[in-house]
Amino acid sequence: MKGLLGKKIGMINFFDESGNSIAATVIEGGPCTVVQVKTVEKDGYQAVQLGYIERKEKNTSKPLLGHFGRAKVIPQRVLREFRDFENEVKEGDQIGVELFEKGERVKITGLSKGRGFAGVVKRHGFRGGPKTHGQSDRHRAPGSIGQSSYPKRVFKGLKMAGRMGHKRVTIENLEILKIVPERNYLLVKGGVPGARNSIVEIRK
Amino acid sequence: MDPLDTVVAEQLKSDIPDFEAGDEVAVHFRVVEGDKERIQIFRGLVIQKRGKGLNQTFTVRKISSGIGVERVFPLHSPRIAKIEQTRRGKVRRAKLFYIRKLTGKAARIEEKR
Repeated sequence: MKGLLGKKIGMINFFDESGNSIAATVIEGGPCTVVQVKTVEKDGYQAVQLGYIERKEKNTSKPLLGHFGRAKVIPQRVLREFRDFENEVKEGDQIGVELFEKGERVKITGLSKGRGFAGVVKRHGFRGGPKTHGQSDRHRAPGSIGQSSYPKRVFKGLKMAGRMGHKRVTIENLEILKIVPERNYLLVKGGVPGARNSIVEIRK
Repeated sequence: MDPLDTVVAEQLKSDIPDFEAGDEVAVHFRVVEGDKERIQIFRGLVIQKRGKGLNQTFTVRKISSGIGVERVFPLHSPRIAKIEQTRRGKVRRAKLFYIRKLTGKAARIEEKR
């Protein structure tokens, strides 16, 4: 496993070598600082804690300042742990997009856009009711939600309207189309969860 | 500058002739058949140009054996080997969709000098 923290920049059109036009997401990957290295002997499992985006000392709480001070690094805004990190790193190291190679397949995790209280058509892909033939107020309705005197209740977990999005979502098997080291950019094929400028985790 | 533009910029072509709707062009398009590649030329009238940046496209219309054929090309596609501007047309619109309904003499476009 190897991983990196990044920021979603946006989506563009990308032409590959054979001239196909592909929808690609641009991600700014790192540079990330290694804040803590966890080992089996000390912590019971192997992991690396990465920090991303510097923050001012005055905006950092004292307990966190102590944590950053132990690794002798500048306070970071985002901290995430990556388990079973395969690269040999030590506290204070900087890692960036050079961790990855073109053509590699990665998993990308982000916080999906919040859609608020969404109906069943948007939230679960229901088809809604007929649009014509004398229908009124049935266009986006869920239809029947159960039977009658037996079972006398609505089953748990039934798909209904409710809060949608703003959830941690992972998209797997995204191909890295291009790496721009001078800007720390990664171009991956397809979409990535979250809004622009939101934090994403890239894992291999 | 929009950070996305920096990624887009290196894919943009710089050798595109300055053609507009109403012009006649010959698009040299790379066609891949199996492992062989050849150039196919599509000649016709540009009836629209739309989009910006990498998403810019243009539509070329021609009459092929009596049937109108239109093809949309991405302007910056690497599959386009060359765009040749063969004739400049004098038109008063940016989109020439009206030409679809016209045939024969009415469908002519005056040359710009």
